[in-house]
Amino acid sequence: MTRNTVVALAVCAAILLVLPWIIGNEFYVNMASQVLIYALFALSINMMLGYGGMVSLGHAGYLGIAGYACILAVTAGYDQLTAAVFAVALSTLFAAFFGVLSLRAPGLGFIMITLALGQIVWGVAYRANDLTGGDNGIRHPARPMPFGFDIRDAPSFYYFTLAVFVIALFCIWRFSRSPFGASLMGTRDQPRRMRMLGHNVWLVRLLTFVMAGFWASVASVLYVYYNLFLSPHAISLQQSAEILLMAILGGASTLTGPIVGAAIITLVKNVVSTYVERWNTLLGLIFVVVIMFMPYGLVPGCVQLWRRLSRARSRKPASEAAP
Amino acid sequence: MTTPALEVTHLKKRFGGLPATKDVSLTVMPGERRLIIGPNGAGKTTLFNLITGDLTADAGSVRLFGQELIGMATQRRVHLGLARTYQILTLFPRERLIHNVVLSLLGLDKRRWNPWSVLSANRDLYTNAQESLERVGLGDSAERVVVETSYGERRRLELAMALAQRPKVLLLDEPLAGLSQAERQTVRALLDAIPRDVTIVMIEHDMDTALGFAERITLLHYGEVIVEGTRAEVVADPRTREVYLGD
Repeated sequence: MTRNTVVALAVCAAILLVLPWIIGNEFYVNMASQVLIYALFALSINMMLGYGGMVSLGHAGYLGIAGYACILAVTAGYDQLTAAVFAVALSTLFAAFFGVLSLRAPGLGFIMITLALGQIVWGVAYRANDLTGGDNGIRHPARPMPFGFDIRDAPSFYYFTLAVFVIALFCIWRFSRSPFGASLMGTRDQPRRMRMLGHNVWLVRLLTFVMAGFWASVASVLYVYYNLFLSPHAISLQQSAEILLMAILGGASTLTGPIVGAAIITLVKNVVSTYVERWNTLLGLIFVVVIMFMPYGLVPGCVQLWRRLSRARSRKPASEAAP
Repeated sequence: MTTPALEVTHLKKRFGGLPATKDVSLTVMPGERRLIIGPNGAGKTTLFNLITGDLTADAGSVRLFGQELIGMATQRRVHLGLARTYQILTLFPRERLIHNVVLSLLGLDKRRWNPWSVLSANRDLYTNAQESLERVGLGDSAERVVVETSYGERRRLELAMALAQRPKVLLLDEPLAGLSQAERQTVRALLDAIPRDVTIVMIEHDMDTALGFAERITLLHYGEVIVEGTRAEVVADPRTREVYLGD
């Protein structure tokens, strides 16, 4: 790590830590928690999208499986920790199953299968009235008390979310720099060559699918804790598409991109929408502009812009010195 | 009798109605240098693809040191000691040369499954990769990105990636294609330096360079072996003149 990254990391960490004090307002502290939850969703889909080149349109399916599993387990009388572990484990297991099915088809077929699987989860949630409450949704009884801490109020829930998020981010960061991550990126760029180098491309992709499913499940449990409610609307295709767009907007294949994308979309949806009636148009406009000028997403685009500016700045004194 | 390094028997492959490999049998002994020649469309690269598993054979058998490869996934064949280079460069263009070789080394290393350790902290992989690059004269270019290198350098990188795996049988698909005369000499010298515990099967059109390299030659034509024998035998054979060398 260079000194600049360490400084940048320290600044980010400091801001995230004192954020509730800076914001003050409970509504906005909750908004920050939401951003973190969606950022984790976007980070998890980016493991597949950015590093593996696998586009999934069924990511909200995990919210369905893990979310309902968590709520139902707690409602059935299990303690919160058991329920959370059960929910994540079950949903990750489904990720393995979904992965095996989706990886049967390459490219467009893969997208369509993930889409179909996501829609099946949505359909089941919608129809299984006895379990899920159907269209009306079901409530989660209460937030847990992790290690005895009360996370019912906005700032403490924010810190709880932040803690989980930081652990996840660290793991995904390690993942992106690991030998496995390098192999995954190789299978994205040259699957045939990777096979010829001894890599099991299918298994690399499947394991990535499962790991992405795991972190999406963790985010799902956080989502349930935050909203204390889940209905089929939350796991619709639109949710899957939004998570995907967060990663693309911020810049897939970068670590920070999905976080930036999640922040922008969540804020436009929830904050700007109170001031601008046509916030959907605004979101669309942001997309078009970003894709036009920064086709690889905001983060890579800004980095490129920054490099160009600093190069221009360093060139200027040299040309002035010339006769 | 020693087991052949590579034994192909009655291998067949059709693309729709077109037989690309009609009935190919060939036996390559350990340490041998075999040249495969033939006009365009003779099925040379198809033969390689069948041996590596990039394509599924319709019938026949491929044995590597006696072990049947048909029905085995490509990556498993690689773990048994098979390596190849591609006629059309198949590299990781946006990565550094050394990373290309590291990916090659990872392919045979258990660490490729590790999602937690930091890749660049595995110094031995990089030392090993650096050695492989030096072997093909790219030691000073290790940190360059593939897209910044010349075509000749990329050809040598292909070779470095294959050699880094210490294969038992190496399939070279036109390793000299598109190279200048000087580069051909360089690559030829590299090929000559490969130790004899590596068996080499090479497809090549440049007869001037390749003829001197190979001990035995197989001539393919329309998916069939037309002539096979020592260098002198094949060159002298009238059928070689007819289908390949021209009058």
